[in-house]
Amino acid sequence: MRKLIQYFVTVYKGFVTLLTGMKVTGKYIVTPWKHITQQYPENRETLKMFDRFRGEVIMPHNENNEHRCTGCGICEMSCPNGSIEIISKVIMTPEGKKKKIIDQHIYHLGMCTLCNLCVKACPSDAIAMGQNFEHAVFDRSQLTKVLNRPGSKIAEGITE
Amino acid sequence: MYDFTNLTQNIHLWLSSLLSPGLTTTVEWVIIGVSYLLFVALFGLFLVYAERKVCAAFQQRLGPMRVGYWGLMQTLADFIKLLMKELITPRGADKFLYNLAPYIVMVSPFLALAVIPFAPGLQALDFDIGIFYIIAVSSVGVIGILLAGWSSNNKYSLIGAMRSGAQVLSYELSVTLSLATMVVLAGSMQFSVIVEGQRDLWFIFKGHIPAIIAFILMLISGTAETNRGPFDLAEAESELTAGFHTEYSGIKFAFFFLAEYINMFIVAAVATTVFLGGWMPLHFGSFESFNHLMDFIPGIVWFFIKTLGVIFMMMWFKWSFPRLRVDQILTLEWKYLLPINLLNLLLMSLVVLTRFHL
Repeated sequence: MRKLIQYFVTVYKGFVTLLTGMKVTGKYIVTPWKHITQQYPENRETLKMFDRFRGEVIMPHNENNEHRCTGCGICEMSCPNGSIEIISKVIMTPEGKKKKIIDQHIYHLGMCTLCNLCVKACPSDAIAMGQNFEHAVFDRSQLTKVLNRPGSKIAEGITE
Repeated sequence: MYDFTNLTQNIHLWLSSLLSPGLTTTVEWVIIGVSYLLFVALFGLFLVYAERKVCAAFQQRLGPMRVGYWGLMQTLADFIKLLMKELITPRGADKFLYNLAPYIVMVSPFLALAVIPFAPGLQALDFDIGIFYIIAVSSVGVIGILLAGWSSNNKYSLIGAMRSGAQVLSYELSVTLSLATMVVLAGSMQFSVIVEGQRDLWFIFKGHIPAIIAFILMLISGTAETNRGPFDLAEAESELTAGFHTEYSGIKFAFFFLAEYINMFIVAAVATTVFLGGWMPLHFGSFESFNHLMDFIPGIVWFFIKTLGVIFMMMWFKWSFPRLRVDQILTLEWKYLLPINLLNLLLMSLVVLTRFHL
């Protein structure tokens, strides 16, 4: 007798769990305006990528054409596949001291896996992940980019 | 309500006035055959499109949107692609059986379609053993599946075919028993009599509790019999690539694909005819004005609305539930569906004997 009751309880519980699952999918089909598919080329003007999307590595510059990169090379060391190359140069400061600054921050987009390790490793928050994802070009050499803009210099008050 | 017998009778009279009796019969056969072929091809394509759209909506996606308006031409484009592909026979395959299998799989739904009443008078054959016939021919398809798995000379195909065989043979019992339950209520196996018997009330309402239980059992076992939904372990993509049709390409693959959807249509059509009144409009006993209003909608529209509703339920199952294991499938059939079905048959007999039905 007890086994028989157990049997029907199993059947009943099975139906309840099935109906729970069907309720979830049923909710999706009656709310078609909540669909998450983006019709990409059509909505290109209005498409806004979400905050955590990683499109490429960028170096933000402020309005005075100043970046925060000290040229320390930690990002180059932390990159697992060698897509960052730091070329630094030594200049004389007005006080007459020698100082190492960044010359070219070379970034190979073609080799980058967008793992975010360089951004995490950077001690002065000089690089970040950009949201541009339209990277198709006709020549591989165009995927090699120099991140610091020409004529830019390091912002005031950035130390190692 | 328009009776299609008038139309078929007129065509028959017109043909007999032109041709000799033997030729008339031949031409009529060809016409019926071609119309069924067209129906299967077009409705199969529509069902594939509907499946992709419904599946997308269940997963908060949009589905095919690029080919034609809202992707309407997508399945047609896919079909043309399949037609142009090369037919590959694997080395070591049993050539004769390998080429025979898709046709056997395709023949069984055609045989089953013949007895389904689409509208008053729109039925190729009206057997007095219609339900018996449809149960018999719908299980022919599994021979094709077993042949395909065996002759492909591929372990995945063979495992898929064996699983499919075990599954279809088991669930055939449940389908038959749940239909038998309704035959007890209807008092006939002839489809036209069954539909006519639902003129004042559909059987699912007339037979109340046992009929509803039988309908649920029919939905579950029908889904399993067509090898889809949560019971698609015969072609479980993650384990067996594609199961019994792994080695097929081009139009032969399309045959398997189309047969699956037409089988789904047949299960839905039989469930509609036996439980939901077939082409019979929604009638409630003595509400004369309501019944009269419902009669304005043509029978064929009623039939397709109900059938597509049942198909939608089956798609809902498929895109909600996870796939069952082999032992779970057989447990479900032999330990749950079959005993419940037998009890339900007993209950229905008692209900009919005591005239407890509505």
